[in-house]
Amino acid sequence: MSEFLFLYRGSLGYTKSPEQMQKSMQKWVAWFKDLGEKGVIKNPGNPLERSGKVVRGHNKDVHDGPFAETKDLINGYTLVDAATLDQAVELSKGCPIFEDGGAVEVRPIAKL
Amino acid sequence: MDINDHFFRREAGRLVSALTRIFGVHNLALAEDVVQDAFCRALETWPMRGMPDNPSAWLMATARNRALDVLRRQRTATTFAPELGRLLDSEWTLTPVVDDILSADALQDSMLRMMFSCCHPRLSEPAQVALILNILCGFSIDEIARACMSGHAAIEKRIQRGKIALAESKHLFDTALPADFTDRLPAVQRGLYLLFNEGYHGASPETSVRLELCHEAIRLVAILLQHPLGKTPTTYALAALMSLTAARLPARTDSDGNLVPLYDQDRSHWDRTRVSEGLRLLELSATGTELTAYHLEAAMASVHAMARDTKDTDWSAIIELYDQLMGLNPSPIVALNRAIAIAQRDGPERGIAEIQAIADADRLAAYPFYPAALGELEFRCGNQARAHEHFEVALVRARNPMERHFFERRLAACRANNSQPAQVSAFWEPQFASAQAPDGAED
Repeated sequence: MSEFLFLYRGSLGYTKSPEQMQKSMQKWVAWFKDLGEKGVIKNPGNPLERSGKVVRGHNKDVHDGPFAETKDLINGYTLVDAATLDQAVELSKGCPIFEDGGAVEVRPIAKL
Repeated sequence: MDINDHFFRREAGRLVSALTRIFGVHNLALAEDVVQDAFCRALETWPMRGMPDNPSAWLMATARNRALDVLRRQRTATTFAPELGRLLDSEWTLTPVVDDILSADALQDSMLRMMFSCCHPRLSEPAQVALILNILCGFSIDEIARACMSGHAAIEKRIQRGKIALAESKHLFDTALPADFTDRLPAVQRGLYLLFNEGYHGASPETSVRLELCHEAIRLVAILLQHPLGKTPTTYALAALMSLTAARLPARTDSDGNLVPLYDQDRSHWDRTRVSEGLRLLELSATGTELTAYHLEAAMASVHAMARDTKDTDWSAIIELYDQLMGLNPSPIVALNRAIAIAQRDGPERGIAEIQAIADADRLAAYPFYPAALGELEFRCGNQARAHEHFEVALVRARNPMERHFFERRLAACRANNSQPAQVSAFWEPQFASAQAPDGAED
């Protein structure tokens, strides 16, 4: 078994109506429930605040960040167990984020 | 814990109403943003971390914290609710004031304040209904446009203008002033009546959309009934009318989504709980001296609710109620419905004579059920050709696909030359006598 990090990129629907938000919510809950039942969730993770700081360079300049476009912004993560990268990718395909034009970045945790 | 259907939508109405009391009516958009933010946070958190024990309280706490951030960050640059004045400026008073307004006890009052504000006399009735749907019921512009069979742009314009007018009114309506409350109450009752009417008689072909609008009107009128000044006999009559009418909703469309006229409905599908609730409310409305159109229409609905079928219906009682309604609120639509009731009691020929005697029938020029009524009665008299002509006129005037389909089916029945009227009695439900569909009026 290897560990993979799902990074959720893109908006979950800041322009949606309450009714649509509720529908999204139900889909996300169902997806997590499904992952839970498969026993692959290592750590359900956390959402990230949309604002923060970026510290960069030799001078340790502090900027308001992150800089990414809304559609690329990472707004949460989950740690899952899977045998292979392909299997982790398959698991990610159930994520409702795709319906909103978002993306899941699947990154293997490096084995040292 | 699972959340109910429409949980977010209803929370939106409560939260926006409460936050607007703090931010001020001119900052409605800010209140909406804070609520949207709380929803996004819920959407990001609940699936991963599990549903909170009390989702409603979770949302409120999240919105509260965000509101406090906004108040602290913007208080030098922004003027918030003038009613709260300097209380929001000082850290000593900020949190207690915010917590007071966001407390569970204050939420209903906040919703009432918003409801009364939305029914400001400066706003047109369609704008009032659209604002109630948007702000208090949490429907988006697209959802309202779909429910009212109206274009997105038209609804958007209506809501934008309504919100500008709200902002210009400077203050949210103050429910603590009894004289103002009583003054505004009839407009609020009418707004809720039109909201219900839009659900029941409106143009949306989707049964679920209609049901939702009716349920929203019933929910809001129940809030009005919980206020000591709101629970007048008239409000009870309005609530009774809604409950007795909504009882028929399950029988009102068939499995193909076709309109089933009152006279053809399978009454075993009527919602008995709503019927008994409606009768209870009707009893509570029967005090005082005021007799309103809501009383009369609720009484008619109760006559239908208590009859096993059309033959068992006390048409004389219905006709008498229409006579009273004509005295109170004369209109050609009331006269038309009265004529149909007379036809039920005294036969189609008498009904046709009554329709032809309607004084200002020219005001019904665009109303599809005027020719349809004539067509139906001619059909019952066995005059299929004449009935066909009337239904052709009705078809031209049909306002939505559901009505169009209904008239097409009547035309087909005329062509089939089936002279057994008993099999094809196909009256519609009488339109609420004093309502104009909100979407038909001018902004």
